[in-house]
Amino acid sequence: MQSAPPESPLTPPSLTGGLRSHLDEEGARGALIAFVSTIALFILALVVIGGSENWPTVRRSFFDFELMWESRGPIWEGFTTNIWMFLVGQVAIMALALLIAVMRSLKGPAFFPVRLLAIVFIDFFRGIPIILGLLLFGFGIPALRLPGLPNSAVFWGLVVVVLSYSAYTAEVYRSGIDAVPDSQRLSASALGLTQWQGLRYAVLPQAIRNVIPALLNGFVSLQKDVALLSVLGVREAVREAQIITGRTFNYSPYVFAAALFLAISIPSARFADWYTAKDRARRSQGAGQ
Amino acid sequence: MKLSMRGIQKSFGANHVLKGIDLDVDDHEVVCLIGPSGCGKSTLLRTVNLLEKIDAGTIYLDGELVSERGVDANAIRQRIGIVFQSYNLFPHMSVLKNLTLGPIKAMGMDRTIAEATATELLERFGLGDKVHEYPDRLSGGQQQRAAIVRSLVGDPEVLLLDEITSALDPELVGEVLSVIRELAGRGLTMVLATHEMGFARDVANRVVFMDAGHVVETGPPSQVLSEPHEVRTQQFLARVIEGGRL
Ligand SMILES: Nc1ncnc2c1ncn2[C@@H]1O[C@H](COP(=O)(O)OP(=O)(O)OP(=O)(O)O)[C@@H](O)[C@H]1O
Ligand SMILES: [Mg+2]
Repeated sequence: MQSAPPESPLTPPSLTGGLRSHLDEEGARGALIAFVSTIALFILALVVIGGSENWPTVRRSFFDFELMWESRGPIWEGFTTNIWMFLVGQVAIMALALLIAVMRSLKGPAFFPVRLLAIVFIDFFRGIPIILGLLLFGFGIPALRLPGLPNSAVFWGLVVVVLSYSAYTAEVYRSGIDAVPDSQRLSASALGLTQWQGLRYAVLPQAIRNVIPALLNGFVSLQKDVALLSVLGVREAVREAQIITGRTFNYSPYVFAAALFLAISIPSARFADWYTAKDRARRSQGAGQ
Repeated sequence: MKLSMRGIQKSFGANHVLKGIDLDVDDHEVVCLIGPSGCGKSTLLRTVNLLEKIDAGTIYLDGELVSERGVDANAIRQRIGIVFQSYNLFPHMSVLKNLTLGPIKAMGMDRTIAEATATELLERFGLGDKVHEYPDRLSGGQQQRAAIVRSLVGDPEVLLLDEITSALDPELVGEVLSVIRELAGRGLTMVLATHEMGFARDVANRVVFMDAGHVVETGPPSQVLSEPHEVRTQQFLARVIEGGRL
């Protein structure tokens, strides 16, 4: 199971102590090397970039901090739109994708049409570029002015993103379902559970746990892709930055918007890494027993 | 008659596995299926529990025809417990949840009653301190005992056991077999496939020797295991003795 605690009475204290401080030394030296080499690389990059004769021009049109400060209001407001679109989209994707994955993994001839429907859905929405779907739905459907249907670009844009991501995410879930041994379904049936109950109580909890790392990666990528709705004129961060850039012929607002995206996507990515590592440790520990 | 099978046939593709099996099991009877690997013991047990569709034949449970189309298979499976070679507990649930899932969800048993029954059974079979553990914290023998107890919570009329000791370390076999011995003592109707001839001799009322999809010989253990009439039974037992399993 776990490694013996260092205080183990079987290990002479001097040995543990020696081993400990040796490891600490290693760790400290490693951190120092990493720190120094990072700083060195950073300075080198500054010298190379800053020393180039084009740098002042680049700086003016990409890193105009005054303009960034002036445009913070609309871009930040746009960014809140990104965030809620992301949150709403993510919840919808997790639910719809799970439904499709379950439909696809139902067994038996009676469920053939259900499986077929799921496969057609996945093939279709995975095969169409999101941007094309956005143009088609986001402009096309509101233009029809169908009674009883929402006409907003945000709504149809989100629908497209959700459908497209769900097609991918359904396959993620399905790989998780496939990784659960058939014997688990068999023993659920043996207990008299219906196929649906077997999935619900025995298979899906294990399947979802299997794919959480992959789902987290999907999260990170969705955070960026909701910005595609800017092509529909949705006033999110990229669109707002585009408007200001169009007026000032300066790209700094884009850089500011990029910084906002990074501020959430980098922590998310690190969290996904951390969780994946933890999950792997849990598994190998389970397998070791 | 608890269980009555007539002319059971089953193929997997071109592989004709069961070629017309007749088998009767009386109330409170313990029947051991023996026979060479691949002769169809597991398949037969799974067809009894309707986990495997049969191609021909009939299965009666308590005089009720259950092999017809349109029979509610889930309802039948609640009356017949089955335990497999690999324990197949659900790894993401505590032992207690494993035991009560079927009774609560499939049979609509009250949760409190299900949990009380499960806890009592776990205590009786020496797992009283494992109620809230997860399966991966149990030894193989404990997991297999928990799997057997799981099949008992719903109070089945028949228990099917498919080589429940062959995945276990030899020193753990005894604790699982003693559970079966106790169940036999309580009069539970059981059909078990086993390679443990000594155990079959000890616990079975009747031994059924199968070979290549047929029932070759059936009778009390003293007769089938010691003085088999059929040549194929004799050959099989001779090989088993050579392998040191008798
Ligand atoms: N689900 C399946 N699909 C295809 N073939 C199968 C399936 N289950 C069993 N078989 C085949 O049926 C035959 C009988 O298998 P079965 O598992 O019933 O034998 P057994 O008597 O239990 O053997 P053992 O003593 O090794 O457990 C084998 O040839 C096996 O390959
Ligand atoms: Mg078998």
